[in-house]
Amino acid sequence: MADTSVAHDTHAHDHQDDATTNWEGGDKVPFKASYGKLMMWYFLLSDAFTFAGFLIAYGALRFSTPTWPEADFVFASFPFVNAHWPLIFVTFMTFVLIFSSVTMVRAVQEGHRENRNGVVFWMFLTILGGATFLGSQAYEWTTLIVKENMTVSVNPFGRHIADGVYLNEDGSVAKNEDGTPKAFAKGDNYLLHKHGNEFDVPLVRYEDENGRDLPAKRAEFGPKAFGALFFFITGFHGFHVFSGVLFLTIIMINAASGLYAARRNGYEMVEKIGLYWHFVDLVWVFVFLVFYLL
Amino acid sequence: MAGHQSYEEQKALVFRGLMLLGAITIIEVVVALLAKGHLVHGIRFTEGFGHYLYMLLMVGFSLYKAYFIIFYFMHMAYEVRGLMLSVLLPTTLLIWAIIAFFQEGSSWGARRELIREKDKAEDVVKPNTGNQPQGYLLPSVDWPQKG
Repeated sequence: MADTSVAHDTHAHDHQDDATTNWEGGDKVPFKASYGKLMMWYFLLSDAFTFAGFLIAYGALRFSTPTWPEADFVFASFPFVNAHWPLIFVTFMTFVLIFSSVTMVRAVQEGHRENRNGVVFWMFLTILGGATFLGSQAYEWTTLIVKENMTVSVNPFGRHIADGVYLNEDGSVAKNEDGTPKAFAKGDNYLLHKHGNEFDVPLVRYEDENGRDLPAKRAEFGPKAFGALFFFITGFHGFHVFSGVLFLTIIMINAASGLYAARRNGYEMVEKIGLYWHFVDLVWVFVFLVFYLL
Repeated sequence: MAGHQSYEEQKALVFRGLMLLGAITIIEVVVALLAKGHLVHGIRFTEGFGHYLYMLLMVGFSLYKAYFIIFYFMHMAYEVRGLMLSVLLPTTLLIWAIIAFFQEGSSWGARRELIREKDKAEDVVKPNTGNQPQGYLLPSVDWPQKG
């Protein structure tokens, strides 16, 4: 790897010495960690509780309704492809975050070796990864808002609560092109489309448990909380990614300017933003689990 | 600090992490698509025991990913034990939060059903004829006459 003039003598450098300079009140160093690093850990712990609160709220609301939109139906679009590819795009987004996490680890390692060029190079790749993730999320949100008309208070993604058939506006059974009735099964997903400014909500006729026809009714919108939960939770995560990209950029510029090299503490600032960045990836593991896998 | 390892070992760990996290993610997605019936026609695990097994598997994989990120990417494995415990132990409170709120959520669901049943039930309250105590939801009984 790229070599620098200061790289050789730094292995003898003891990080605990730096840590003592950051704490007030004597030579004691709690947990042998610097003040900044320890506080970053505790901030991340508190942030973990915030995210956990959001995700648990999602779970509680999901448990409280008879149906819930199915992820592989809702999240199935892919840029430039007019196809139904369930979960493929979010898998791509997950990989982007994994890669940017890996490049971040490399940046921290080069920092420990006091290799300025290495730090800047790997941080730059990390920033690229973060920006790619934000762009992907922008695509995902745009599709949901513009194409599929989901908002924080309107959720057009529903699921049928029982077997039944679609009806025409005159009450007769709607037919497929081959003449068979347009039937659906319990649990089938549907998306209500907009016609101009109004939603085009089809008439349906459900069957009761014994297979008898129930009176015709309009299909219903999906659980209302879904849109708000999706936009607020992925938005909160996206905001973390956005702030992470900002801080990474500032710290990369500082590193390039030689500010951290002058401190001679193994680029500890890079290590601290690294902790934050891995945490963003960590939260995504659970957002991915809760929204897309379960 | 990863001071215990040589530079080559550190780089190897990064590569291993990339492979591990990538492989688990791919397995997760493949299993998810299989379980939801997208891969093999006629096979799906959306109900009953298979569904529970599927969810357990997904949670397990995610927890393992979280463990790997915290302990190796965030270097928790090389920190002092006290630091690790002070950060990780408080998260066990979430176990209770999950149990309590999911139970509460199920209860909201049950009540929603109850209200639906009530809406269906016929209104058995008789109209007020004048000499009965005022009250909307009192059952219709023969009240003693005044005077």
